[in-house]
Amino acid sequence: MSKRYETVIGLEVHVELATKTKIFCSCSTQFGGAPNTHTCPVCTGMPGSLPVLNKQVVEHSLAVGLALNCQVNRRCRFDRKNYFYPDNPQNYQISQLYLPLCRDGFVEIETEAPGAEAGVSDSGKASDAEAGASDSGKSFGAENGKRRKRIGIHEIHMEEDAGKLIHEEASGCSLVDYNRSGVPLIEIVSEPDMRSAEEVIAYLEKLRMTIQYLGASDCKLQEGSMRADVNLSVREMGAKELGTRTEMKNLNSFKAIARAIESERKRQIGLLESGKPVVQETRRWDDGSGISYPMRSKEDARDYRYFPDPDLPPLEISDDWIARIRENQPELQEAKLERYQTEYGLPAYDARILTDSRHLAHIFEETAALCQKPKEVSNWLMVEGMRLLKEQEMEAEDIRFSAENLARLIELVEKKTINRTVAKQVFEAVFKDDIDPEAYVKDHGLSVVDDESTLRSAVKAVMDANPQSVQDYRNGKEKAAGFLVGQTMRAMKGKAAPGLVNKLVMELLKEIVG
Amino acid sequence: MADDISDEMIEYVGILAKLELSEEEKRTAKRDMGRMLDYVELLNELDTTGIEPVPQVFPVCNVFREDVLEDSGKLGKSAETAVREDILANAPEQKDGAFVVPRTIG
Repeated sequence: MSKRYETVIGLEVHVELATKTKIFCSCSTQFGGAPNTHTCPVCTGMPGSLPVLNKQVVEHSLAVGLALNCQVNRRCRFDRKNYFYPDNPQNYQISQLYLPLCRDGFVEIETEAPGAEAGVSDSGKASDAEAGASDSGKSFGAENGKRRKRIGIHEIHMEEDAGKLIHEEASGCSLVDYNRSGVPLIEIVSEPDMRSAEEVIAYLEKLRMTIQYLGASDCKLQEGSMRADVNLSVREMGAKELGTRTEMKNLNSFKAIARAIESERKRQIGLLESGKPVVQETRRWDDGSGISYPMRSKEDARDYRYFPDPDLPPLEISDDWIARIRENQPELQEAKLERYQTEYGLPAYDARILTDSRHLAHIFEETAALCQKPKEVSNWLMVEGMRLLKEQEMEAEDIRFSAENLARLIELVEKKTINRTVAKQVFEAVFKDDIDPEAYVKDHGLSVVDDESTLRSAVKAVMDANPQSVQDYRNGKEKAAGFLVGQTMRAMKGKAAPGLVNKLVMELLKEIVG
Repeated sequence: MADDISDEMIEYVGILAKLELSEEEKRTAKRDMGRMLDYVELLNELDTTGIEPVPQVFPVCNVFREDVLEDSGKLGKSAETAVREDILANAPEQKDGAFVVPRTIG
């Protein structure tokens, strides 16, 4: 193929908001209850029931909208989106079409500089300049090997989630559970500003991080609290008009998203190359086989006959309300990243890792405030903390130990009550069970042994047991001293003060050697 | 009478409404819908230029609930299960506390 193609991608991202109750009724939003135990007449669409809006939903949505640089529609309203499907007991979803809460925002993403090429398919190589030129002029330059780009947010609207269908192979039936029906969602609709899977992932990471920091959602793709539908089209390089797009659903991980984009891009280029048109349709990604299938046209009927919901009065968002949300906005990742380097003197890499999780950043700051040793705290989290997370296949969000206990551990090391070897063992106990390190050290007899006469007899015993090493040292093999130190530490179960052991070994060897 | 309802339109509305109509029912539906559209057509006799649509007749806005769990949530399992029994009371078929419907995925 000789033509060059550009991939154009826009995203619709659904995020479940972290509220205690549903958007229009007081049922619990808790995940995992027995089927239909978190339901009431409102969220099961019983006739005569009336929805009442959860204020927290508006607050979370506004916070997200403002953080994503959106304009707030001062007057907004809910609409009914009509469709018949068993996951939707009302036969309409309450959403926002005509007056969504937020519009016209943007986020800035960073990708590796050569990333622009990923969206360009051709037989040869496309230069950066060419790829950039076709890119709606929104990227602004490369810096430190990173390319920064602005992705537009078309709108953010509030809506309710649908129930869950469980398909039974054996009986040929589906079971309907309405616990999720009415759980609050925001849908974040981007402009078609992305050109590659890399940009899509960077955009999603940015959304996720921002929303997690705001505390508006935990944004877990696997658990469905963040879901992304990918709208994708291809066009010839330099073309002004957009190609016909498809919408891809059922993407449950960043990996699946990247694979689906690559597959769909190739499929559409293949169609165009063989002179066939791309059909506008919704497709379902099957990550197992790595293939997407068009959804049946009946599932894809897009005539939703929206109209304003007469049961829900409109919203008027005042300046005061917006100002209050802005004031309460927590420090976001970028600000923290900067502050960790200037205020705590951490390297950029460490600051990035610590701030990649709001939870981890929180533990770091709390512990640093308690013990006043930010670098020590960072070291423990970065080295031992990361090692244990990896070993236990945990996410930083799953860390359960308290800042108090980590601060106590750091003080024990600082006061030389325990040495570093023992401290690692204690950290592991803190990490696993959030134990009090002082009590743990006491109970397990882990305090440093720095009594000189005790250590002197320990060193003597080791030397008696290893006459060959003593002989080696006498013959000029200085390494033998290190061996004896190690053996003494071992005999003392790692609790001996290493400096003192070192000193005593050298003293006693010199006595012998004369 | 409005005669601009095509056979395709009846077919399409049937799909949207998830109805399977017989030929006879389609003919009846076409006639009824035509009448309804004729009736609604009366509204076009009024000049509504410059008049805002009124989706709501009450002059209220910002009606909220606080994000607080209702008592039934605090009462625990027995209350939740009792609500579920009410909710499922009209289900033609149920299994393990869920509604049973014809399989939705092929």
